Amino acid sequence: MGKRLEERFFLALMVASMMIVVGSLGLILVTVVVKGLPALNLAMLTQAPQGGYYLGKEGGILNAITGSLALAGGATLLSFFLSLPVVLYLQLFARDARFVHLARLSLDVLWGVPSIVYGVFGFTLMLLLGLRASLLGGIIALALLELPILVRAMEEVMTMVPFELKESSYALGATRLETALRVVVRQTVPGLLTALLLAFGRGIGDAASVLFTAGYTDRLPTSLLRPVASLPLAVFFQLGTPVPEVRERAYASALVLTVIILIISVSARLLTRRLTRHVIR
Amino acid sequence: MTDPVIQIRGLSVAYGSQQAIQEVNVDIPARQITAIIGPSGCGKTTLLRSISRLMELVEGVRVWGQVIFEGQNVYDPHVDVTEIRKRIGLLAQRPFPLPMSIYENVAYGPRLHGIRKRAALDGIVEKQLRAAGLWDEVKGRLHAPASALSVGQQQRLCLARGLAVEPEVLLCDEVTSALDPVSAQRIEARLLELKADYTIVLVTHVLRQARRLADYVVFMYLGELVEHGPANQVFHNPQEAKTRAYLEGEFY
Repeated sequence: MGKRLEERFFLALMVASMMIVVGSLGLILVTVVVKGLPALNLAMLTQAPQGGYYLGKEGGILNAITGSLALAGGATLLSFFLSLPVVLYLQLFARDARFVHLARLSLDVLWGVPSIVYGVFGFTLMLLLGLRASLLGGIIALALLELPILVRAMEEVMTMVPFELKESSYALGATRLETALRVVVRQTVPGLLTALLLAFGRGIGDAASVLFTAGYTDRLPTSLLRPVASLPLAVFFQLGTPVPEVRERAYASALVLTVIILIISVSARLLTRRLTRHVIR
Repeated sequence: MTDPVIQIRGLSVAYGSQQAIQEVNVDIPARQITAIIGPSGCGKTTLLRSISRLMELVEGVRVWGQVIFEGQNVYDPHVDVTEIRKRIGLLAQRPFPLPMSIYENVAYGPRLHGIRKRAALDGIVEKQLRAAGLWDEVKGRLHAPASALSVGQQQRLCLARGLAVEPEVLLCDEVTSALDPVSAQRIEARLLELKADYTIVLVTHVLRQARRLADYVVFMYLGELVEHGPANQVFHNPQEAKTRAYLEGEFY
């Protein structure tokens, strides 16, 4: 009897924890939808802020939507091209176990660095280079933020590649590089894609690192060297105004951000299913 | 005995501080099937994989001694290891097709070694799939993923993939142990056919298989080579007490 009671008690605790987790997600979504949906209209999605937008007049957040997509897209691309060689090196070439350990440790530390630090670092870097707040600056800061996530997530995936699969390639006379690019990358495409999306999601949602580096503007992004708007900052600025209509628009912006992330996750899942065709289990 | 293709001289392999094989000396005859037999953990696989330098892919492994392949020491630092592995192929215990289509699996090796023309690749793919006895089953779906094949078919695909780089030697590491009896029998039939053109070194823990296939036998025990000789001699008139004991089933 005592054991059954014990089991029930802990089962109840587990269910309660589950409810808290799922419930918080539900609450966040409900809040964003309930508060954001009324303010959401076509103009919000298709127009940049017009005169008097911040007082509740005409316009939308197209500047922030396009800006965020450009920032996160650019940053993910940049950090992908930086991290793929790192990952392949750590996985297939590095001989010195201590060096590999050190590299992983630094990446884990970088992962934990708060994003405002990347923002400040990026800003300092830009001052040094004579750059002003711009799309390029934002991309660089975000790429630094995404880099450790991307490297570690990609590495995780590549560690799962069976040794025998790599050996099959070597046994045919393939070099390490050929094996890396033609077999390991192909085998891990779905995982790499997931890693990219994880990084993209982190990038598009981050406010602190783009605050100083990308700036903010009411215009649509046209040049790498001009400032761009971003959705997290759009939420932040609009929520800070005293005008109720504008505060509602902040929730609408948050809704847009959430939906973008949702669309990307779902399409990634669908894409992954197509790409797993050839994966060897 | 025909001329040896491979001469193994004083070959030792260690994993960290653990000695896996010690001072192995043996000649592998050309165009025959040499079976390496012995109880599990005796170093059969290690010996086999050392021949094409696959052991060095494993971290912490050290190798001493020489493997002389057609007059050239495979372990010479000036040797191009990819060239050695192209000429000495491997068929592993469990089939691991590459993550691509059936066609691309077979074409992978030839592509690595510079064959780009579609017509040439088409020819190689068909020829080697036929040699592996898989062509009739897959000719209508060459561009389907290799992972969709059954395990037995995958093993024959791996055979075709290995043959496609035109090796001279084929190392076979317990190639039928993951297969059902019918698939295993098919692979065995292929190996008997292939020995007309290839030197085959086969690791097996199934004595009956060694009896069926081997022309030459190498018996290993606890990392040492105990006895080697023509199959008839080793199976019917073993010289060493340990070999006799193993053949009589006293240990596995």
